[in-house]
Amino acid sequence: MFDSIDRSAPSGGPSKGPFSALPNAAGVGYKPQHFQSLLDDAAPVKWLEIHAENYMGDGGRPLAQLRHLAQRFPISVHGVGLSIGGEAAPDPDHLARLKHLIDWLQPARFSEHLAWSTHDSHFFNDLLPLPYTDQSLGRICDHIDQVQSTLGCQMLLENPSSYLAFAESTWEEPAFLHEIARRTGCGLLLDVNNVFVSATNLDYRPQDYIDAYPLDLVGEIHLGGHDEDEDDHGKPLLIDSHGAEVVDPVWALLDYTLARSGAKPVLVEWDTDVPEWPLLQAEAIRAAAALDRVRETA
Amino acid sequence: MSTTKKTLAVASAVAAALTAAATTQATAQAKEKCYGVSPAGQNDCAAGPGTTCAGTSTVDYQGNAWTLVDSGTCTEMDLPAAADGSARAGSLEPLERDLPA
Amino acid sequence: MSRERDFTSAILDARLPVPSGLLDGQNQAAGRRFSVYRNNVAVSLTQALHQGFPVLTRILGPDNMDGLAGQFLRAHPPVSPVLAHYGHALPAYLDSLPQLSHLGYLGDIVRLELALRRSYHAADAAPIEALRLSTLSPDALLACRFSFAPAVSVLRSDWPIHAIWRYNTVDGAAKPAPAAEDVLITRPDYDPEPHPLPPGAALWIDALRSGDSLATATDAATAAHPDFDLSAPLALLIEGRALTDISR
Repeated sequence: MFDSIDRSAPSGGPSKGPFSALPNAAGVGYKPQHFQSLLDDAAPVKWLEIHAENYMGDGGRPLAQLRHLAQRFPISVHGVGLSIGGEAAPDPDHLARLKHLIDWLQPARFSEHLAWSTHDSHFFNDLLPLPYTDQSLGRICDHIDQVQSTLGCQMLLENPSSYLAFAESTWEEPAFLHEIARRTGCGLLLDVNNVFVSATNLDYRPQDYIDAYPLDLVGEIHLGGHDEDEDDHGKPLLIDSHGAEVVDPVWALLDYTLARSGAKPVLVEWDTDVPEWPLLQAEAIRAAAALDRVRETA
Repeated sequence: MSTTKKTLAVASAVAAALTAAATTQATAQAKEKCYGVSPAGQNDCAAGPGTTCAGTSTVDYQGNAWTLVDSGTCTEMDLPAAADGSARAGSLEPLERDLPA
Repeated sequence: MSRERDFTSAILDARLPVPSGLLDGQNQAAGRRFSVYRNNVAVSLTQALHQGFPVLTRILGPDNMDGLAGQFLRAHPPVSPVLAHYGHALPAYLDSLPQLSHLGYLGDIVRLELALRRSYHAADAAPIEALRLSTLSPDALLACRFSFAPAVSVLRSDWPIHAIWRYNTVDGAAKPAPAAEDVLITRPDYDPEPHPLPPGAALWIDALRSGDSLATATDAATAAHPDFDLSAPLALLIEGRALTDISR
């Protein structure tokens, strides 16, 4: 539903976002079915995140909604298809589409994933994993340099959910991300659900991962729900589905993180089986409460 | 048809169109939308729904040869098998073709 | 052999072994952990095809659609990360499948669904004030050329594609009868609308879109269909906010 806006401005017009930074407050991943609820009853949500690839059309309702929301909320653009971890450099056509969106929207943030999704010009629609080696490190830094210089802004790089590890990896993930940030000047996006999922799947303590993570470089924190499965040996295999409520151990890991990092922009992601607004709002209320607690103790 | 008659015919057809459009626009505004293209094929960064592989082995993602089973509305719609009108049983009417000029 | 090539081959073909050198947290072979990626790719693209082609899904039923999607996504993985336009290769693919040769209309139905989606994402454009037309002299009218909104398109089919589309989207719509149908897609605000066109109208609109004057386009349509009357298709264009400029 989007029938109530002023249609006088054509979609070609710029929409200068009035917000230059994300607040250290709760945000949610924007879903079109929540458009009206966000205009009527957003609290405590103070910012929104969109997936870049869903706003690469030329006009119509998606961009009209976005233009409208960008006047009310700081927007974070989260790319899911740039394939930064790929063997090949990011697709120039896709990078151009992304630049067009960023120039038009002027979002408060842009972020992408430590993952790949395109090979031989085919897009696999998943965040695929990569080995952490000196070679992949150099390649990723080149890709990030290219993205940041094309977009003209700093980007954040997000830690993945891991289901397996590579025999040839020589770097631990937090150190790998830290080194990428050091070399390219990019910031980091810390997904604490991904940390919990990876730690469970690969047998380490999630708190150890947080302790090793360069929290001063974190510009945004993500939270989301996951599914539970089993591997060949009957051990739990968690899957980053974004289709359920955030589980208590992940909320606890958020507290653990915020106690060390201080307040940050915290986002709740819910992408599959998207619920009615009140349920997602309740998750945002929980995130806002975690931020309030860390401010009280600071 | 003379040029003048043709000109006037077009002018009156345009006038009829304007009248018709004005009438339907007034009623269309009151009418509820019965159709909206859903934002098809949304990109997101989650694992696909129904992604867990518990107990499914390779079944869910095998993608081997597929055989059409009787299902869907194609079993109700009785249309000739080919565009040239070569008909399946029960639909022998010739196609009313809008021949390309 | 590149890791990526190994990975993507094994993702699309579950008969291939899991790539080597993939481990769990105890340095044991990753085994079915790799299936998470196989599943993510297959399930998410299948889902995208269900969502992108709701009428095709209704016509075939969800189970057939799953089977079709499983084959199609392997034959034609997306060539762009923008999933909103996934499925360009589907019409030709359907036309080539022996299992579906008795459903000759499927390709055109999918072309219609793709066109509706293109229309949904097309650039916005301000329509002309239609009353401007009524201020023109008959001669000036005939010399008019029109610009069209990017969301407008015309499909011509040997099949009753509009009737099939309606039967599968509108409760209680009549069963489609064998007939050729042309369809005009307009987007008056944010929702694309398909309209059946009378004989000659597709030809007339295509001529106007190619830059012909109203006189030339109308002559061409009347030559092919002596009964052609422009008032119905012109009303559709005006109602659909399809005309964005008039020039001489």
